Amino acid sequence: MARPAPIDSPPPHGRPARSSRSLVRALVPLSGIAVLILVWDVALSLGGGRSQLLPRPFAVVRAIAELAQKGFLLKHVVASLFRVTWGYVAAVIVGIPLGVVLGWYRRGGMAIAPILEILRPISPLAWIPVAILWFGVGDVSAVFIIFLGSLFPLTLTAMNAVRGVEVVHVNAGRNFGLRAPELLRRVIYPAILPQLIVGLRLSLGIAWLVVVAAEMIAVSSGLGFLIIDARNAGNRYDLVVAGMVLIGVIGIALDAIMRSLERSKAVAWGYTTILEGEQPDVAGGDAAGRAAVLP
Amino acid sequence: MTGNAEVKVRIQDLSKAFHTNGHEIRVLEHIDLDVREGELVCILGPSGCGKSTLLNIVGGFLPASSGDVAIDGLPVRRPDPRRIFVFQERGVFPWLTVEGNIGFGISGLPATERAARIAHYVRLVGLEGFENAYPQELSGGMKQRVEVARALAVNPDVLYLDEPFGALDSITRLVMRSELLRIWQTERKTILFVTHDIEESCQLADRIVVLSARPGSIRRVVEVDLPHPRDLSSPRYLALRDSILEEIGLAHRI
Ligand SMILES: Nc1ncnc2c1ncn2[C@@H]1O[C@H](COP(=O)(O)OP(=O)(O)O)[C@@H](O)[C@H]1O
Ligand SMILES: [Mg+2]
Repeated sequence: MARPAPIDSPPPHGRPARSSRSLVRALVPLSGIAVLILVWDVALSLGGGRSQLLPRPFAVVRAIAELAQKGFLLKHVVASLFRVTWGYVAAVIVGIPLGVVLGWYRRGGMAIAPILEILRPISPLAWIPVAILWFGVGDVSAVFIIFLGSLFPLTLTAMNAVRGVEVVHVNAGRNFGLRAPELLRRVIYPAILPQLIVGLRLSLGIAWLVVVAAEMIAVSSGLGFLIIDARNAGNRYDLVVAGMVLIGVIGIALDAIMRSLERSKAVAWGYTTILEGEQPDVAGGDAAGRAAVLP
Repeated sequence: MTGNAEVKVRIQDLSKAFHTNGHEIRVLEHIDLDVREGELVCILGPSGCGKSTLLNIVGGFLPASSGDVAIDGLPVRRPDPRRIFVFQERGVFPWLTVEGNIGFGISGLPATERAARIAHYVRLVGLEGFENAYPQELSGGMKQRVEVARALAVNPDVLYLDEPFGALDSITRLVMRSELLRIWQTERKTILFVTHDIEESCQLADRIVVLSARPGSIRRVVEVDLPHPRDLSSPRYLALRDSILEEIGLAHRI
């Protein structure tokens, strides 16, 4: 038998076209930021007496330099990252296994999912008084708030991802003799990984949003504290905006790290199937498909 | 073809009904069938008549409502790596490469032996050069080859194929049929092949089990004593095909 050629080989890329395109891709967003800074500066310099509405960009840069010089920059950034790490890692350790179990045992999932669905839309910040009641004012409260903020989306993502695993894949795994723990490791886990990574990225974003708010109330370090403290102790709005800029930059960096996970080949399939258009379900697997024979 | 070989799969008085919101759907009724070792049996019937249900029960994925399925004399209770179910190409694992898929069921083997087995089946299904490709980089026919190779790699005695070529274009489908026959002749497996395509069953089968519409029961079992490769324009082939068309009640004129 002659070997068939792959039907969809990637279109050839010319080298120069690709590199100039990626240059454009890098420059366009940067130029947007440059324009924003320019407008910000020009508006304030034209505003005359109203220029105290916001510090000018250069003042913000100076404020960041000042923070760095005094060692506060590192201190606050590390404090925030530290809280996010603990809260987020705890949420991953609890939420993902919980979601997998709830997705696997459908009955249990159906009983518990509504509880999670009710808790999820409650902003984690609403828990601050409760956290203070339970853990007092301090790090534990802040970490707990972050934990809650990431926990619900992670659990629900994992649960829905497991429910969405193709029955043919589970059946194939069982057919090759896999029992529960192996099935989990070799079929369920790789099958849900693309969705898990998206969930991990989104919930890290939430954790980073929440840490700032938690730090405004519960602790005396971190970027959130920096912002509220700069305002309270002498209206240093240059420091306030410096804190905001740092939060934004670190947030982007965290997101970029998580995004890079999505590029691995073993998960890329999870993000492309919709584009390719799945084959329509032809009669074949009907009974198997609907039987939902998860053990 | 294997006139007095031993019975491999014995289906006795098998019935299946589903219960959905209060009412009962009877899907299969009183199926009796013996499949001999090394035989290629096609189960032919209209869509929705219960072919997939039957194959899933025989494969141990679904319980029967009544009746028995035994393989080598032992009742079937759950899926078993000695009998592999080949789904349509949707069954390949998209997170594994061609090699990873084909080697999926033989992860317990020593690495060198496993690699040799994988290489053997890559060659058998004609996928050399695509060992490290992911399924989404392959055409439908190639994915189907991966599934077949993955099944064969664990060296099962029985293969269950549920409309395996149903999603392929008609040319690839023809190619895949002759590939399957070639593999069947070299590997000597017992094969249960479900299809709703009359031509397909006439091209492949030693015996064709014709099912009625739902609830599915066996209307007729047709012995096909045409040698392979089959001449698709020979009078005997055409007579066979026409008799089945007639059995199903379709005039062969459009
Ligand atoms: N899990 C299930 N629950 C309820 N009805 C089902 C289930 N699986 C299959 N059926 C019904 O049984 C009938 C036969 O299905 P199937 O075996 O897939 O047919 P075929 O493979 O011959 O097209 C269909 O009417 C289908 O709707
Ligand atoms: Mg079917």
